[in-house]
Amino acid sequence: MIKIIDYGLGNIRAFQNVYKRLNIEVSVARNADELATASKVVLPGVGAFDHAMELLNQSGMRKALDTLILTKGVPVLGVCVGMQILARSSDEGQAPGLGWIEGHVRGFKSLRQDQLVIPHMGWNDVQPKSSTKLFDQLESKARFYFLHSYYFQCDRKEDIAAVTSYGTEFSCAVNAGNIYGVQFHPEKSHHFGAQLLKNFADL
Amino acid sequence: MLRPRITPCLLVRNGGLVKTVHFGEPKYVGDPINAVKIFNEKEADELIVLDIDATAQGAQPNFRLIAQFAAECRMPLCYGGGIKTVEQAKAIIGLGVEKVAISSAALESPRLISVIAEEIGSQSVVVVLDVKKRLAAGDYEVWTHNGQKNSGKSPVQIAQEAESHGAGEIVVNSIDNDGQMKGYDLELALWVRKAIRLPLTVLGGAGSLADIGRLIAACGVVGAAAGSLFVFKGSYRAVLINYPGQSQKEDLISSALNHG
Repeated sequence: MIKIIDYGLGNIRAFQNVYKRLNIEVSVARNADELATASKVVLPGVGAFDHAMELLNQSGMRKALDTLILTKGVPVLGVCVGMQILARSSDEGQAPGLGWIEGHVRGFKSLRQDQLVIPHMGWNDVQPKSSTKLFDQLESKARFYFLHSYYFQCDRKEDIAAVTSYGTEFSCAVNAGNIYGVQFHPEKSHHFGAQLLKNFADL
Repeated sequence: MLRPRITPCLLVRNGGLVKTVHFGEPKYVGDPINAVKIFNEKEADELIVLDIDATAQGAQPNFRLIAQFAAECRMPLCYGGGIKTVEQAKAIIGLGVEKVAISSAALESPRLISVIAEEIGSQSVVVVLDVKKRLAAGDYEVWTHNGQKNSGKSPVQIAQEAESHGAGEIVVNSIDNDGQMKGYDLELALWVRKAIRLPLTVLGGAGSLADIGRLIAACGVVGAAAGSLFVFKGSYRAVLINYPGQSQKEDLISSALNHG
């Protein structure tokens, strides 16, 4: 079953609501036992990078999560800060990230564009770059809701699953093997987001 | 391309959906949860829900109602009304709300913005400024407590303070234009737009999609929020929840940005 990790961050309910409408069974994992039986994992998150890592490390689920994802190869979808912590590190803090996808998280501020409004807030286009199934059956003009001040910079081009333009062209979706991440909020992106979450469930 | 946001703003009072004129004469217009369901179907960009009595009456946020909104809402949701502490803000985010809006509490203690931003992230902290024009002087002042108390401060000064304290968005709401449906105060909108680097949402006065087009033409990628426009239909103000269709919205935005 798909498990949504509740480590005190992110809109767990919104994911449950979307999957309920899709008639796909999901449940929430709040500890290692509840996580153990996951066939897929959704890792949400909002707020600051260090805070997210701290809460995840304190949740008692970190070891079980590492085993599921790195040893058993269970698919994981990180969302928003849940995606950013897939990186090795972030401009936003000092804590090491999960390091599951080679990359670093940078601030839009570092682009030094005086006219750029930060955070990047609202609906923007998403352009798939790889053959990942996450974007299957989405129309060419698919758009998603973004709300963030930092963005993922992949070390390896092949890990970029989709890009969006805001100040620069950045990786709004990443994928390496069983590890997936999206910067936007599929859980709040109407039918576009529902399709993406269905695609993740169908992997 | 990042699009301007077209955002219905729902006012709530005693659990019912209301609409005001100049912040007064609240008229009951229906069940707010039903309105959310309709905006889901219309795929609205975002939703703002403001409890207009909570602060004025010194009440706690209505957590039960907020939970209902959050559960129903399939688009990003911003909630405001009665939030005075970081605990309340955290609790509301925990219910599944994307952004919390603070107004009077942020004016009384700008530090509160930083404290809340540290907990839930800047991107989720919205500062709402209710603004009235001083007719004689021609400038603007920010009011609080549902338009009852004058802070005596300029909206630009407060918006910049809020930005430096870590706010993630500013909503400027024109008390003068509230419920008038005669267009936004573009002068006010542009003045604040130029003073900050945060996302700006403008509320108060939209009576037609053309008014939204004019705001976008003036301010570029901005949030265009409206109450009456999406709640009433026609000159007799019959209650009819409405929102532009996708292609209508795209046409409106692209022609406004091209003529800006």
